[in-house]
Amino acid sequence: MADAKAPPVERGAPAIAYALAGLGALLLLWGSYWGLMLAPKEAYMGDVQRIMYIHVPTAWNAMLALTFAFGCALAFLLRGDWKWDARLEAAMEVGVTLSLLLCMQGSIWAKPTWGVWWDWDPRLTTTAVMVFAFSGILALRRFVDDPVKRAVWSSVAAIVAYVDVPIVYFSVKWWNSLHQMQSTPQTVSSAFHWPLRINAFGILFLMFGLISLRARLATLRLQSELGPPSPKPVAQYVPAGATGDTR
Amino acid sequence: MHLAAALHKDVLLQWRGRAQVVAIFVFGATSLLLFSFAIGPDSAALRQHAAGFIWLALLLSSTLTLADSFHSEMEERALEGLLLLPVSPGALYYGKALANWAQLSFLGICLVPVMVVLYDAFTTRFLGLVGIILLGSAGLSAPGTLYAAMTSQARAKQTLLPLLLFPIVVPVLLASVKATSLLILGDPMGQIRSWALLLVSFDLICWSLSGLLFGRVVED
Repeated sequence: MADAKAPPVERGAPAIAYALAGLGALLLLWGSYWGLMLAPKEAYMGDVQRIMYIHVPTAWNAMLALTFAFGCALAFLLRGDWKWDARLEAAMEVGVTLSLLLCMQGSIWAKPTWGVWWDWDPRLTTTAVMVFAFSGILALRRFVDDPVKRAVWSSVAAIVAYVDVPIVYFSVKWWNSLHQMQSTPQTVSSAFHWPLRINAFGILFLMFGLISLRARLATLRLQSELGPPSPKPVAQYVPAGATGDTR
Repeated sequence: MHLAAALHKDVLLQWRGRAQVVAIFVFGATSLLLFSFAIGPDSAALRQHAAGFIWLALLLSSTLTLADSFHSEMEERALEGLLLLPVSPGALYYGKALANWAQLSFLGICLVPVMVVLYDAFTTRFLGLVGIILLGSAGLSAPGTLYAAMTSQARAKQTLLPLLLFPIVVPVLLASVKATSLLILGDPMGQIRSWALLLVSFDLICWSLSGLLFGRVVED
């Protein structure tokens, strides 16, 4: 059972979060410059391949954000600590945004390479399913006013959605498969390693900076919902005109 | 014992509201009729897509069945009364999910003749088709009952249930459509078994996970 007391908001949190996000953005700029300007052109795909430097790190971090969301959901159900609810909301929002970006980058790459914007391959379809499943949970959070029910239900739904991901992946894999091999530093030439790694850490830092800032916002909202109501003058609750002499 | 009592309550509720089941069947049959207009009068194409259409009709109908299943529990705080009884929430969940499974399977089996007539999609392996409908309906009712318990207490419940349920049941839809299609169009490679296995695995995971989590959904 969740404690009916909101967690305190740390005073130093935004400074660290802003620093993390700033460092991430700088790394992302550096890695992208390296990938676009300095890294050699790929032999078969040419310049189109350069989207890999942002696409692959986005994929890793999107998965990481949603795995973190799953961990937060489990932690909230087991511990009942509100900070995990705030982190769950933040991680799901950032994870959905990254997954959506992933689908868009994939489409931009697929059009010149495969000749189509979309293909029903396992990873693409699973990412799309993840976007819809977690967007549904974010929508659920908007339509539930009671903070306890909102936290428990979204944790339960996040666990079910996350457990569903591998089944979706395998079912679509059986259904149809076309996607190229997964790109990791082991499967790409060493000349492409550095921009890939720099961007991966860039997105990682940016992601945790954003999750931390968003979790802080969620905590502030929880404090206003769970805290004692502020005393207001009685006149504020009386409709206008109700107290006047009507004769 | 508790499960039997919970199941009895839910089956009785469904029996008393059987007019609703008839209305949902008419909705499913109407969907099947409308889907054919998306393809045109090409009988070969209609037959090829019949499996997809019957499962889409059942999926759309399932949101009505599932959303309605918690209606009476929400009236006059009946759910709170049920939770005060010395019954585990698991028994309440499995009673409701089994009743929903029965209703969805019945609905699916009733939609088969409509599919056969409209799409000329006849199969002699009727028992196999019933088996796939049973497995597919179980995959829809387990997460559906869990989500219906949540959304029935939320605002915009009509929108939220399909929004939460549809992405989760993608494997059920895929496996059921493929297996049904193989039954109708023939299965020279013997692939039905693997799709049925996928359905069984999904059902096992969803029925156990949802039963575990249901207590938290209704207790807090």
